[in-house]
Amino acid sequence: MNLHLMGINHNSAPVEIRERLAIPEARLPEACQRLAHHPGIQEALIISTCNRVELLAATPSPTADLRGFVRDYFHVNAAEFEPHLYEFRERAAIRHLFRVACSLDSMVVGEPQILGQVKEAYAVARGVGAVQGNLDPLISRAFAVAKKVRTETAVGSSSVSIASVAVELAKKIFGSLRGKNVYLIGAGKMTELAARHLIAHGAGTIFVANRTYDRAVQIAQKFNGQAMRFEELYDTVDRADIVISSTGAPHTIFRREHGEKFLAKRKNRPMFFIDIAVPRDVDPELNKLDGIFVYDIDDLQQAVAAHVADRRKEAEHAEQIVESEVDRYLQRLQTLDVVPVIVSLQDQFETIRQAEIDRVRGRLGKLSSDQEQALEALTNGIVNKILHMPISTLKTAARDPQSTTMVEIVRKMFKLREEPDINEPRATETDKSAGEPR
Amino acid sequence: MPALWLRVAVLFYAVGLMYALVAVSRGHELLRKIALPAMSLGMVFQFVSLAEEGLLSNQLLTASIHNSESLLAFVVMVVFMLVYAFYRTVSPGIVAFPIVFLLTFVSALGQQPFLGTSDGLRTGWLIAHIGLIFTGYAALFISFGASLLYLLQERALKSKNQIRLLTNLPSLGTIDEIGYRSLLLGFPFMTLGLIAGSVVAQAKFGPSYFVDSKVLLSLLMWAVYLIMLYTRWSAGWRGRRAAYLATAAFIVAIFAWAANFFSGMHRFVQS
Repeated sequence: MNLHLMGINHNSAPVEIRERLAIPEARLPEACQRLAHHPGIQEALIISTCNRVELLAATPSPTADLRGFVRDYFHVNAAEFEPHLYEFRERAAIRHLFRVACSLDSMVVGEPQILGQVKEAYAVARGVGAVQGNLDPLISRAFAVAKKVRTETAVGSSSVSIASVAVELAKKIFGSLRGKNVYLIGAGKMTELAARHLIAHGAGTIFVANRTYDRAVQIAQKFNGQAMRFEELYDTVDRADIVISSTGAPHTIFRREHGEKFLAKRKNRPMFFIDIAVPRDVDPELNKLDGIFVYDIDDLQQAVAAHVADRRKEAEHAEQIVESEVDRYLQRLQTLDVVPVIVSLQDQFETIRQAEIDRVRGRLGKLSSDQEQALEALTNGIVNKILHMPISTLKTAARDPQSTTMVEIVRKMFKLREEPDINEPRATETDKSAGEPR
Repeated sequence: MPALWLRVAVLFYAVGLMYALVAVSRGHELLRKIALPAMSLGMVFQFVSLAEEGLLSNQLLTASIHNSESLLAFVVMVVFMLVYAFYRTVSPGIVAFPIVFLLTFVSALGQQPFLGTSDGLRTGWLIAHIGLIFTGYAALFISFGASLLYLLQERALKSKNQIRLLTNLPSLGTIDEIGYRSLLLGFPFMTLGLIAGSVVAQAKFGPSYFVDSKVLLSLLMWAVYLIMLYTRWSAGWRGRRAAYLATAAFIVAIFAWAANFFSGMHRFVQS
């Protein structure tokens, strides 16, 4: 069985190209089925996300025509996409699949969604019967490798967006965010995103203040929060543990004396100011007060950059894990290849042994149980000793890509059946061959 | 044998000490993993040592006075384990482990001959005195440790470029809670322990017991303890100011402990 993978991703193609090959979720089952039934293809998996389309196929012959499928299915000329398509076969295909599942091929390395997307794709393909005995173990292995990478490296552990860094910092300050109140000052996409993240982690009441009160009411409604009058800002901010500020004010809103006042009113309970306004809303002097922590946009971006660098380092480790897992998978696959040969070889020798014992038993007359045992031990010993070398050679050969030729030679030499069924009763199958060496 | 078990305990506690030493700078994966099991084993051996001593001398009081450092170390570990059970963090060990190690080490070094109490007077009160005071001490140590960690974590959060260092320590909120709760836990023990002690001393020495150096230092420690609790409760002091107070309390505690050598009524062993 041959593996063939063709795809397109955020590195190889811009979005204008990718969107033309993307397959909407609703049509994925049908697409999978069609790929699996495409001439020359036996099993198939399609992963389609906003960043990538991957076609994975198991094919009986080494020359399967995935390009033909692209042409037929998308009604486009594959040549048009030629510079953007990548193709992998066998080992490279396995490696690519593992890297995708481990989020090493993602735009943001280590982002966790991709594994879920691959799992969904797998469920769809299984559902329509496109994934069977050949692809199934491979894809399951990919999930196992992804899990291993996740537990053994820190590739997905640090946050790489401003909002998630803000949440992480808040957690480092307060422990749990449960019941911690958030004050949003000013409006903006980033403010709302950060608020959403904080709420998702259990933050309590959301207060919203804006120069125009109506706007504050509007935003407050979104978060089930409470709109505050901007004029009362200084008297109410101390109610919040986390303050996210992004006004268009030309000068700072919060100065040191405000901070001191807040702390006194809060009995020194800590406060976390997230200042995403440029020019800044919060005087950096506030950060010098015990119990007040101020992070401006640059601080957050710096943290993000540091995390990205961390991830890159961890990704190297993850790549090594993937490489060795690919090797292990291939090795297991080949060992599985030689197992049937070894079994039929052993079967054949056992039949010969039994037949020879039966033949001489008549001449030996009645044997005592001791003698019977000795005879068994002697013949077994001979057979095992003779078989020992060929079997271990086969097992070593399994690790070598040339193993198929070795398997063929052994089959021919001993006239073993082409595809022995291990579950079949052994005696019937080898009755005929038993007499041959004589 | 008790001395042997104690030495084994010291060995295990040394692992905790090493963990504490490297944890502040960068942390060490292996040490982080083995610190807790090693300290637990150390506790087991220390307990065996203490129990055996108690059985040998057939007198709980004798054993606890004789091996007071070891007992205190054990109580510190018990409080530490309580904190661990609640918060699942080994970080207070960064401060607690070296203290435990030092106490146990000192105890394992010097096995002094025991002079014995002059009479069996009110041994119940004396045992209560020792047990309560030691628990108070232990809670104070943990709280001291927490306030140092609070400073570390606060500094890291404020300096902004050390965000990676943060991941090794629990959150500021958790550290604060550990410190405050152990203060709250320790104070009644310390108070009751001092009361029990004064009952014994009053009966034995009369009103003059009050001018003893250890008694005075202990009272000072208690006063600092009280100030810490009060400033925390009324003004929410934490961070730097709380750490100053905690350090002061810790230093007084060390002196109070060491004052055995000058104290007439606490001299149970030859020095």
